[in-house]
Amino acid sequence: MFKKQLSIKNIVAIGIGAAVFIILAKFVSLPSPVPNTSIQTSYAFLALMAVVFGPIAGALIGLIGHALNDAISYGSVWWSWVVVSLFVGFIIGLVAKRIDIESGVFNKSKLITFNVVQIIAQAIGWFLIAPVLDILVYAEPANKVFVQGLFAGVSNMVTVGVIGSILLFAYSKTRTQSNSLHREL
Amino acid sequence: MKKPVIEFNNYSFKYHSQVDPTLKDLSLTILEGEKVLIVGPSGSGKSTIGHCINGLVPFSYKGDVIGSLKIKGEEAKDLDIFSLSKIVGTVLQDPDGQFIGLTVGEDIAFSLENDCIEQKSMVALVEEVAEMVEMDRFLSSSVHHLSGGQKQRVSLAGVMVDHVDVLLFDEPLANLDPATGKYAMELIDRIQKETNKTVIIIEHRLEDVLHIDVDRIIVMDDGRIVADMNPDELLASNILEEIHIREPLYVKAAKYAGCEVTEEMKPSKPLSFAVDKEKLIAWYESTDSIIPRGKSEPILELNEIAFQYHAGHETIQGVSFSIEKGEMVSLIGKNGAGKSTISKLICGFEKPSSGTIYFDGQDITKDTIKERSERIGMVLQNPNHMISKHMIFDEVALGLVIRGVPEQEIKERVESVLKICGLYPFRNWPISALSFGQKKRVTIASVLVLDPEIIILDEPTAGQDLRHFTEIMDFLVELNRNGKTIIIITHDMHLMLEYTPRAIVIDSGKKIADESATTVLTDAEIIKQANLKETSLFELAKRAGIREPKEFIGRFIRYDKEVRKNWQ
Amino acid sequence: MAVEMLSYIERKSPVHELTGVTKLLCFIIWSTAAMLTYDTRILLFLFILSIVIFIVSKIKVKEISFILIFILIFLLLNNIAIYLFSPQEGVKIYGTSHILFEIVGRYNVTIEQIFYQLNITLKYFTVTPVALLFIVTTHPSEFAASLNKIGVSYRISYAVALALRYIPDVQRDFRNIALAQQARGVDLSSKEKLSKRIKNAASIMIPLILSSLDKIETISNAMELRGFGKNKERTWYSARLFQSKDYIILAVFVLMLVGTLVITFHDGNRFYNPFL
Repeated sequence: MFKKQLSIKNIVAIGIGAAVFIILAKFVSLPSPVPNTSIQTSYAFLALMAVVFGPIAGALIGLIGHALNDAISYGSVWWSWVVVSLFVGFIIGLVAKRIDIESGVFNKSKLITFNVVQIIAQAIGWFLIAPVLDILVYAEPANKVFVQGLFAGVSNMVTVGVIGSILLFAYSKTRTQSNSLHREL
Repeated sequence: MKKPVIEFNNYSFKYHSQVDPTLKDLSLTILEGEKVLIVGPSGSGKSTIGHCINGLVPFSYKGDVIGSLKIKGEEAKDLDIFSLSKIVGTVLQDPDGQFIGLTVGEDIAFSLENDCIEQKSMVALVEEVAEMVEMDRFLSSSVHHLSGGQKQRVSLAGVMVDHVDVLLFDEPLANLDPATGKYAMELIDRIQKETNKTVIIIEHRLEDVLHIDVDRIIVMDDGRIVADMNPDELLASNILEEIHIREPLYVKAAKYAGCEVTEEMKPSKPLSFAVDKEKLIAWYESTDSIIPRGKSEPILELNEIAFQYHAGHETIQGVSFSIEKGEMVSLIGKNGAGKSTISKLICGFEKPSSGTIYFDGQDITKDTIKERSERIGMVLQNPNHMISKHMIFDEVALGLVIRGVPEQEIKERVESVLKICGLYPFRNWPISALSFGQKKRVTIASVLVLDPEIIILDEPTAGQDLRHFTEIMDFLVELNRNGKTIIIITHDMHLMLEYTPRAIVIDSGKKIADESATTVLTDAEIIKQANLKETSLFELAKRAGIREPKEFIGRFIRYDKEVRKNWQ
Repeated sequence: MAVEMLSYIERKSPVHELTGVTKLLCFIIWSTAAMLTYDTRILLFLFILSIVIFIVSKIKVKEISFILIFILIFLLLNNIAIYLFSPQEGVKIYGTSHILFEIVGRYNVTIEQIFYQLNITLKYFTVTPVALLFIVTTHPSEFAASLNKIGVSYRISYAVALALRYIPDVQRDFRNIALAQQARGVDLSSKEKLSKRIKNAASIMIPLILSSLDKIETISNAMELRGFGKNKERTWYSARLFQSKDYIILAVFVLMLVGTLVITFHDGNRFYNPFL
C-alpha cells in the first residue's frame, strides 16, 4: 500500500512541501502575545499538505522539512522534536480520505474532524513524545521540558486550528467547479 | 521514402475536466527528420497536441480519446509514458520546473540515472551531449547561477541524452529575451541538421521561429487544423490574420502597403523577401507620422540612485532618469541587468544606498512601502503571486480593508475600479474561474484601487497570444489616457515598439540609453548590450530604399494600431 | 531567528574528500554516541576530537559564526531555564549535595548542579561541530545519493534532493509575494492586532502555497517525462566511489561507538559520577 501511495506527484509534493515548510519556518513566524515565543505558521502548512497528499507525504514533509531546517538554520538537528513533526504530519494525514478536500467541500463537520484530529495528534506529540525524548536523550529536567512542550503544543494547536483551517477552506475553494457562473450587469 | 514518425488519424481528445473536446477530428502526419512548427492562439489546442505526442495525455492528464495516434508505427495508447519518453524528448516551457538537478551535469544525467546507467558511461554521455548544446564548461555549475537561456539548453541536453527520435519544444521562446531566443532557434536548427532528428516546435511567436528554416507550419484554431503548408505559402495567405496570429512585421507592412504577397516572393525570410518597393514607398509617403506627445511635468525622478545587495558589489550604479506625468515608458535590459531591482527601489521594496527619489518634486526616499503604494503601484509578472482571496471583489478590496476605509467607500471605489477594468460583470465570481488575462486585470485592479499615479508592470504580456496581448495592452493604454503614468519592464520588442514611445535601457546596473523605442531597436550597439534584436521593419525599410527607416517604423505602428482597433 | 542559511562550503580538505556516504554514516554514529552517553570523560574526548576534525576540515570559524552565536545564546537561555525549573536536578542524579551557597528557598548552588549543567552544555557542544561539518562539507548533490546508498528508498532520497534544489526558488517566490502584499498594506509585525496578523499571514501563505502546488504539477510532469520511477532502483551521477580512507574512517567511528557504549554502560549508569 505504501509503494502505491508514493507516486511521482507525492514525491515532488514531499520535496517542494519540505522547501515551503522551511521557508515558512524561517520567515513567517508571527510574534505571539507570550513573550519570546512565536507562532509557527509552518505547522498550518504541514496540516494542509497532509490533508491534501495523505499520511506518508505528511509524515515525510514534517520529517524532511523540520530536520533540514534545523540543519541549515541551527547547524544541528533536534531529533526529539523532529519526530513530533513526523508524527503530527502522519496522524493528520490519516483523515485525508475522510475530509476529501478535492471535492471542494469543507463544511462544519469536516472542520470539526480536522481540528479534533490535529489537537489529538499535537497533544500526543508535544505533551508526550517531545518531552519524554528530551528526558531520555538529553536528561533535561522533567518539569522544564513538559512546560516547553505545553507552550509549543498549545501555540501550534491554535495556529493549526486557525490558520490551518483558513488554508484548508481557501484550498477547497480552488477545487470548486465553476460551471454555474453567469455575468451580472 | 521518409517514414512517418507521428500519425494522428481522426483523433479527438476531451479532458475529463472540460465539457467540450480540445482536439477535434485531427489528422496529421509528421515524417522522420521534418522540422514542423505548430502555431495557434491560446486555447486552440496546440499544447494539447504536444501532450498527446509525449504521453502526458492520457497518462497524466486524463480524458477521452477517439481515433488513433501512432508513434513510430505503434499505437500510443498501447505504449506507456516511459517507452514514449525514449522516442519523444520534450523541452517544457518553464525552465525552472524542468531543471530538476542541482547542477548542470546532474540534470543532464537525470534520465540516465533512471535507466540505471553505470556512472562511468553516464559521465561520458553527459559530457558529449553538453558539448552539443555548448554547456560543457558549466557541468558543475549550480542551477541558481544560470540564465534562462542556459537552463533551456540544459533541458534540451537532458532529453537528447536519451537518443530520442523526436524533439518537442513547448513554447521555447516564452521566457527568453530576443537575442537569446534567436540563439536558441539557431541551436535547435544546428542540432537538427547534425542529428537529423524530427523537430516539433509549438510556439506563437512566428517571426522569431522563422529565423530558421522550417519545413511546414501547422496552424491550429479551436481544436482543428486550419492550415498545413510551407511558410511561404502560409505567409502569402490570410489565414494568420483571420485567427489573430501575429504575422512577421515586414510581411504585415507589405500587406498594408497593398503589395500582393505570393509564395514566389519568399516572404518567410526578410532578406529574401521580394517586396514591391514602389508600393511600399508610396504607402510610406501617404501615411501620417506619429504625433509626439506634448511635454508635461516630471512625476518621478531618480537622482544618482545606487544600491547593493552585498557590500562591495553595487547592483545599481548611479542611475538617474525622470518620468513625466502621463507617460508610458518601457524599462528594458537583459536578465539580471538590474531592471527589477530599479523597480523595487522605486516601490520602496529595497532601500538605495545613495541617491534620491522624487515624486512630484517631493523627496520620497525615506517613505515606507505602504506609503509609496498609494502613489506607485507594482504589478508582478505572475498574477498567482498576488492573489490571496477567493472572490474578485474581496481581492480588489483587500488594500482598502487593511487601511480601514469605511465599508460604503470600499464598495464604491472597488466597483468603480472593476468597471474601469471591465471586471464588473464578474465581481461575484471566484478568481479561479478566470483566464490568465482576466487574472492579470484583477491584480491591476487591486493595485489601481489605491489610486496610485504611477503603475509599474513586470512583463505584463509574457506568454500571451496576440489577442490577449492586445487586450491587456489596450487596457493599459486606456488607463494611460485617463492620466496614469505607466512603466513597463519587458523584453518584448513588439510591446516596446508599439506601446511605449520611450525606452530606458539598463545594462549591468547602469543606464545605457534613454531614447525613443524606435531608436533603441535600430541601434546596433544598444541591441547588442541589451540582448535585443533589430526589428525586421528596419531591414525592410532599408531594402526599399526609404531614407528615414525610423520614420517608416513609426508610421507602420500607428497604422497597425488603427487596424487592430477594429478587432475588439 | 537565524535568517542566514548554512550551505556547502567548497574547500580542499581531507574531510571534503570523504564520500558523502561515509560522512552521513559518521554523522549518524557520532550523534548516536553523543546522545546515548552522559559520561563526562567521553563527552570531553568527543568534544576535543570534534574540534580536531573541525580544524582538519579547513572551515573557518568566521564562516559559521552566525550559527555559533545563535547556539551560544540558545545554550545560555537553556541553562538559565534548567536552573529555574530544577535547581536540584544535579543532586537528584548524582545522589550527593555539596552546597556552595544558598540563594532563596530551594534555589541554592551545588557542585552537582554545576557539574550536571556543564555536562548538558558539553553534550550540545559535542553534537554541534560534527553536524555543522557534515552540512558544510557535503555537496548537496551527493546527499541524496548517500541517503539512497545507506538504505533509504531512492524516491524518498530524491524528495530530499528536490527540497534542497527548490529552497532558493521558493524563497524568491516568497519574497516577491510578501513585498507585493506589504505594498497593499499587509503587516505581520506586532504593530497589528493578533487576529489581524493571522489573517495577514494567510494572505501571504495562500499565494505561496497555490503557486507551489502549480510547481509540483510542472515538476512531476517533467520527471515523469524523463523516466523517473521506472525501475526499482537508480544510479546517481554525483555519487562517489569508496576509497580506502573511507573504510578506515568508518571502522574508527564504529570502534569509537562501541567503546563509548562499553565505557558508558559497564556500570549500568550512563552518568559519570565523580562524587562517589
